[in-house]
Amino acid sequence: MRTAFINQLMAEAEQNDRIFLLVGDLGFSVVEPFAERFPNQYLNVGIAEQNMAGMAAGLAMEGYCVYIYSIGNFPTLRCMEQIRYDICYHNLNVKIVAVGGGYSYAALGASHHATEEYGMLRTIPNLTICTPGDPEETRQITAFSARYNGPVYLRLGKAGEPLVHEKGSISNIEKGQVLNVVKGGKIAVLSTGGVLKYAADFVQTNQLNASVYSFPFIKPVDENQLLSIFQKYDKLITIEEHQLMGGFGSVILEYLNDLYGRGSILKMPRVKRIGINDKFYSIAGTQAYLRELSGIQLQLTDFI
Amino acid sequence: MNSKEFAREIRIRVLKMVHQADASHIGGAYSMADILAVLYNEILHVDPADYKKPTRDRFFLSKGHSCAGLYAALGIKGFFDVNELDGYAQNGSRFISHVSHFIPGVEASSGSLGHILPIACGVAYAAKLQQKKFKTYCLVSDGELNEGSNWEPIMLAPQHNLGNLVLIVDYNKIQSLGNVKDVIDLEPLVDKFKAFRWQTHEVDGHDYLALSNLFHKINAASTSTPQVIIAHTVKGKGVDFMENKLLWHYRSPNKELYAQALEQLKNN
Repeated sequence: MRTAFINQLMAEAEQNDRIFLLVGDLGFSVVEPFAERFPNQYLNVGIAEQNMAGMAAGLAMEGYCVYIYSIGNFPTLRCMEQIRYDICYHNLNVKIVAVGGGYSYAALGASHHATEEYGMLRTIPNLTICTPGDPEETRQITAFSARYNGPVYLRLGKAGEPLVHEKGSISNIEKGQVLNVVKGGKIAVLSTGGVLKYAADFVQTNQLNASVYSFPFIKPVDENQLLSIFQKYDKLITIEEHQLMGGFGSVILEYLNDLYGRGSILKMPRVKRIGINDKFYSIAGTQAYLRELSGIQLQLTDFI
Repeated sequence: MNSKEFAREIRIRVLKMVHQADASHIGGAYSMADILAVLYNEILHVDPADYKKPTRDRFFLSKGHSCAGLYAALGIKGFFDVNELDGYAQNGSRFISHVSHFIPGVEASSGSLGHILPIACGVAYAAKLQQKKFKTYCLVSDGELNEGSNWEPIMLAPQHNLGNLVLIVDYNKIQSLGNVKDVIDLEPLVDKFKAFRWQTHEVDGHDYLALSNLFHKINAASTSTPQVIIAHTVKGKGVDFMENKLLWHYRSPNKELYAQALEQLKNN
């Protein structure tokens, strides 16, 4: 995903000399081509994320469309107050990019597990939150962020995530758009971020009569699309690589409750939420290993 | 109006605002009042009628709790109807008691300390890239230099030759709970900035002429080194019973002390 991001960002920068990339001394072997091609639109601020977020606010005040880039919790939790106050309160054109969402950097331990960040970020007004599911969605979301004037959070995987969507199958993604990846049945898996491939494979490999949707946005989500999903299915299974509390499953439950409360839907589908079970995992292992350990797993019994 | 009169006008406005709202932070507003007076009266290229003019100088107030002083300066200068200040910190007023970017002439909101120098650095960096001539000024308090987030841009600014950035430290030597030297001693402050490769200046922050000369000197010099002015000031300056008193970091004057302070300021 990070490769898709940087390639798309370079394509955007070709068209727009106001695109600016700040990095917090991270991005080795990823950001160099950007730095070489656009030296006047790039700065390594050093290992100083609070300053990076504040400088991004200043550059945005002067008309730049600024991307701040670092790993996992550093451009997010580390400078949460700068994001809330300097960027979002001033409603500035800054894009916060965290590479390594969820357990992408599994073996590096809890400091590198970005597993709470969007739960915190989504409570901040003015911030649009994007969690693309594969490199194709990442390209589209990056293009969206460049044309959207306002604060955006982009949660990326790492590198080497396989494609779920066919190349070129998505275009001009709109704010809040939901993507239908697999079609069928009365049960739907609602996935956000890098677990999309796992969810789609699970349904297809097991030949389950179910649908899979990808949510590259968790804030906001298109209400009309949600409405039709809520009306169409008897059961929804949310899956995400993030703590359950305040996460994507919560987003779906909140919308569901509010649309039901408003009378927009007449009955509530059953919801099962899959995510991390309120624990830190201080154990070495691969991303797949930690997903399994922490409870990010679909079961065949979920589809009954 | 000369800068001395401008400063007196700021102090009188602030006194009324703080008294009416029963709000705090008059001491910090008074310690920087003379600096603001000289800046807004003589130095900054700003236009109240076109306050977002791209060529304007940028002034960032980082010690947001002292905003009554900045609001007063902007009101006197005509950025908005000065009578609006009477509603300061009261129900329904847009003049909240930490500086707000929704007020014409205010570049950025602050309240949480240690946030604004990074923003000012971003603005100065953008100006340099775009070869814009305006200057970026940022005023911080001494106490807020406790925040590590200030030292990140203090390291970065000389690295990137931000000669268009002027940092002013309102060094009144008192922070919330006591004397700066007893909480986190900043000394040797000038040497610290020198070690970080800033060009340093010290000045009496209540001496109009010295302030004016220094700002003019800095503006005339062509340098790629960021400049810091350590302005030695007195908390509560201008009203004898407030001067150098920790109490007046938070207290607002009651009716009797209000009258007493007003009398002093008018006769000063």
